[in-house]
Amino acid sequence: MSDHSETAVLADEPVPPPTEASEIAAEELEEGSSLWRDAWQRLRRNKLALASLFIFLAICLFCVAGPWFSPYNADAQDLFLGAVGPSWAHPFGTDTLGRDLMVRVMEGGRISLLVGLVATMVALLIGVMYGAVAGYLGGKVDSAMMRFVDLLYALPFTIFVILLMVAFGRSLWLIFVAIGAIEWLTTARIVRSGVLGLKKQEFVEAANSLGFSHMRIIVRHLIPNVLGPVIVVATLTVPAVMLLEAFLSFLGLGVQPPDASWGVLINEGQQNMEIFPWMLIFPAFFFALTLFCLNFLGDGLRDALDPKSAKD
Amino acid sequence: MDTFSLAGSLTGIRRFCKAALLICAPALLAACGSSERATDVAAEEGVLMIGIGSEPKTIDPGLATGTPESRVLYALMEGLIGQDPKDDLVNQPGVAERWESNEDFTVWTFHLRENAKWSNGDPLTAEDFAYAWKRTLTPELGAEFAEMLFVIKNAEPYQKGEITDWSQVGVKVLDPYTLQVTLEGPTPHFLGMTKHYTYFPVDAKVVEANGGAADRQSRWSTAENFVGNGPFVIKRWAISEVMETVKNPNYWDAANVKLNGVNFYPVENISAEETMFRGGRLHITYEVPSSKLPILKTKFKDELQIDKYLGSYFYRVNTTKPPFDDPRVRKAFAMAIDKQLLVDKVTQGGQQPATGYVPPGISGYEASTAVPYDVEAARRLLAEAGYPDGKGFPTREILINTSENHRRVAEAIQAMWKKNLNVEVGIYNQEWKVYLNSQINLDYDVSRSGWIADYVYPSAFLNIFTTGGGNNNTGWGNPQYDRLIDASRTAQTEEERMGLMHDAEEILLNELPIIPIYWYTRVYLKDPRVKGWYPKLLDRHPYKYIYFDNSGTAAADEVNGEGA
Amino acid sequence: MLRFIATRLLQGVLVLLAIYAVTFFLVAATPGSPFSSERAISPEILAQIESFYGYDKPVTERFVTSITNVLHGEFGPSAVYANRTVTQIIGASFPVSAKLGLFALAVALGIGIPVGILAAVRQNSWLDYLPMSISMGGICLPTFVMGPLLVLIFGLILEWLPVAGWFGWEYTILPSLTLGLYYAAYFARLTRGGMLEMLNQDWVRTARAKGVPERTIIWKHCLKGGLIPAITFLGPALAGIISGSFVVETIFQIPGLGQWFVKGALNRDDFLILGCTVLFAALIVVMNLIVDIVQVALNPRLKYE
Repeated sequence: MSDHSETAVLADEPVPPPTEASEIAAEELEEGSSLWRDAWQRLRRNKLALASLFIFLAICLFCVAGPWFSPYNADAQDLFLGAVGPSWAHPFGTDTLGRDLMVRVMEGGRISLLVGLVATMVALLIGVMYGAVAGYLGGKVDSAMMRFVDLLYALPFTIFVILLMVAFGRSLWLIFVAIGAIEWLTTARIVRSGVLGLKKQEFVEAANSLGFSHMRIIVRHLIPNVLGPVIVVATLTVPAVMLLEAFLSFLGLGVQPPDASWGVLINEGQQNMEIFPWMLIFPAFFFALTLFCLNFLGDGLRDALDPKSAKD
Repeated sequence: MDTFSLAGSLTGIRRFCKAALLICAPALLAACGSSERATDVAAEEGVLMIGIGSEPKTIDPGLATGTPESRVLYALMEGLIGQDPKDDLVNQPGVAERWESNEDFTVWTFHLRENAKWSNGDPLTAEDFAYAWKRTLTPELGAEFAEMLFVIKNAEPYQKGEITDWSQVGVKVLDPYTLQVTLEGPTPHFLGMTKHYTYFPVDAKVVEANGGAADRQSRWSTAENFVGNGPFVIKRWAISEVMETVKNPNYWDAANVKLNGVNFYPVENISAEETMFRGGRLHITYEVPSSKLPILKTKFKDELQIDKYLGSYFYRVNTTKPPFDDPRVRKAFAMAIDKQLLVDKVTQGGQQPATGYVPPGISGYEASTAVPYDVEAARRLLAEAGYPDGKGFPTREILINTSENHRRVAEAIQAMWKKNLNVEVGIYNQEWKVYLNSQINLDYDVSRSGWIADYVYPSAFLNIFTTGGGNNNTGWGNPQYDRLIDASRTAQTEEERMGLMHDAEEILLNELPIIPIYWYTRVYLKDPRVKGWYPKLLDRHPYKYIYFDNSGTAAADEVNGEGA
Repeated sequence: MLRFIATRLLQGVLVLLAIYAVTFFLVAATPGSPFSSERAISPEILAQIESFYGYDKPVTERFVTSITNVLHGEFGPSAVYANRTVTQIIGASFPVSAKLGLFALAVALGIGIPVGILAAVRQNSWLDYLPMSISMGGICLPTFVMGPLLVLIFGLILEWLPVAGWFGWEYTILPSLTLGLYYAAYFARLTRGGMLEMLNQDWVRTARAKGVPERTIIWKHCLKGGLIPAITFLGPALAGIISGSFVVETIFQIPGLGQWFVKGALNRDDFLILGCTVLFAALIVVMNLIVDIVQVALNPRLKYE
């Protein structure tokens, strides 16, 4: 539902001036610098964020590799079996059509995570380029472009997604694009204010005087320097997207059967929670845990990448 | 990093929490205290609380088209013939006291009671019926269900503007209390049709005063202006919340109306409706989520109602596209569905596996058994059609409209086809209006469908599959079928008619432009105190016979006269 | 400041017009008609109905007509709900949504801000982790799970609260909680972040060194600045609560605007969709404006641009 809101605030915070980074030559930045090393050090000290990272990776592994080791197929039904609780044969139980819930949770995870990651990539791609161009060009172009972003912020996006899904609802890719097209605004704002700060730095002027093209300067010199906050936004966008996908599933506008995302499984489980609680508990647990981890990881990364808030 | 003392700040927060608790606690307690169930109070007062599925789109009988609307209309209005509480084939007197027809059921004469009145006190006459029907047939009004009246002589050409002279249409007002209707052909079930709301009268004066006959946006059917002739009148209509009605003192049979009022709740979310029933906000629900059936069957045995219903659930097949243009393929797919298993394990609402199209329950008409579950025969047919063991069968899809129940049925059928025929069939769901569009444009392979009868007669089902019919939507057509249906309209005896229709159904089931799946039931929850409500094939329940039996409950300790 | 407000309002009107146009053509391009139903209507009757509502005219002409009507303050009739205008429907349902939204916001602030302050003051202790984790639950569980879960526990098992409907104040508790918890988590995180930033500033250390009581530091000096992120979020939150309320309205059977919007979209009831969309957008525009003004009032470093 309201999706970009958390990160919207983030956008208004000033991007940390790349104090350490600016002292180093631009070329060195691409190989990683002490900024990243420092951030990693700080992140390692944040146990919650670190644990989140590992749990998240474990969930990803579980979902991606899990189905290969399971004796069941995600859409193999056993109507005579019906819904039974967790057992050795079916550790997560089965759903009302007698399908193994563990495989379904894994496959559902694949879809949900894929939706989350791809939509976020789309959002980042649009947002970073848009923000960088606006910030780099500056002046009237910049203010026009950012006014446009402000306008888009005022759109009731949930409503547009619903209309879009109703109109063109067949394709999973459309979901990615539709969601991605919503989520880029924050990224654009952050990147733009970062680039605005960096533009005046010596290394950009140096690159300029060497006659590098604008595109090259933006892509090679400016964007790498604002990646920190962008990563934070990305980490927080993935769960927002996953939630939006679940919400679309609730409206019946999500992925097509027999494929089922976590959102579809949770919605199905929610309807059966009184009689077959495992149908809600397992998918909801994995979904919530993933969102939990990503949110904490995002917070941790923000603390780590923003030296100001982390000074002791 | 947090080395300083926090005592001070913590007291502040504690104080805040305490304050918050102090505000919230009494609220919670008060809420717990008011635990008297609304349904108990209403049962004592003789007010029925009933779910109607969704907000009525209109309560204008000429423009209404759906079940939620009909639920309300049967309380607010009454037709020539009244509903029987138990049997849809039995005709109770309504506005008409007596009626008769000629030998071949083409001319019907209705004698209206003189004490019938509108809720504003105006007398109700035959003119009001004639006006209402004329209005529904007025081309400019564009009444969706005008076709319901096309059995009347010249009604169709009048509606289509081919004739403009109303006197040529078979509706005659012989005197203020006698109405004569001439039909296109012999129609023994015409009386049943007049129970449908499309045949209800409207108060000509009120409609004329609010914009006239051709105004679709006429304000006559708003809560303030509405004038009915049924056992109840509107008291309050809060949009998408409730429509409250009270007993109509002007109703001719008011003395026999047992309830003091009926409250209609347009609850769209069936899960919410179920919780409302359990939480004491409804006496009768519109539906039940099928996922809740297992728990309801054990915990709410006395409340759960499973009634036979005159409806058929089937898949339409697009017969214009290969491989489904081959009847053998369609037959193979139809015979490869284990319908018994499907209704037992998936739908679970007591539905009957459909071995034919027209549901059982119509007297004089046996339900067909032409489409059994027979995997061997199905595999053989598919092999004959050129796909032995499903080899080479192209990928096709089942189109469903977005709904949990349709999805589960489709997933089960998908798995059965895979197992029995070894063919891969996909599923895709479309949102309702898009789905309707695809179906009309034959933009599908196999499409979920259903059909509910308006009157108890096989033609209510069979008429739709004539060649090029507006509801056919399969691309199928068979001249022999069309001839049989036509012949049944003019046949002279009941046996002959039924025989012709039966032959027509056999043709349909032999060529199978549709794959029968199950025959519907109505599944809902009903408070056991509600009496006078019986299972009915068309699910129309006349409210005037309903009453509460409060003797069984603890709340009935106080004296109340409504024993039975 | 007046100039600022006037400019923003003018911009807002332009935004609304743009949104109206986009929505209009989007809906027009969507397959399906408000009059289609499972029982096919004969083409003649359909044509009659369409001409009654003006659907037989070209899209551009319909657009001009409808936008003229809107500028005269009338959204038009509902194509599905006979004899109701969109204005009537909105008039009946918007107050319900607004009430629900305000209650939900109260829940969100009432839980989110204290939790956030507590967590910041006790950073990295269990008083930080535990409440933050719990409040995070509000973000991680979709409302369509949270709602039925609350209904099951408080409505059906404990029988403390009514389960669904909108018949009195006690009916508002569960929906407001369901809707508010999601935003409570956001407010908690923002407040925590804002407070931490304030508490880590140099002048706070100086104040502490000078022996100013911790209570005074937190309540008198840090709170105002620390709440800024939360206040910034107020606008998006309110807009989100109001437009996002339709899941909650569906679960709890509340006759609010959200339900009507979804109904409109599913029925292809053009004018109803347009009316709701424009109303939602207008709310967002106004909220953002108010938030900007409040922000400047709280934070003297900002200026009206």
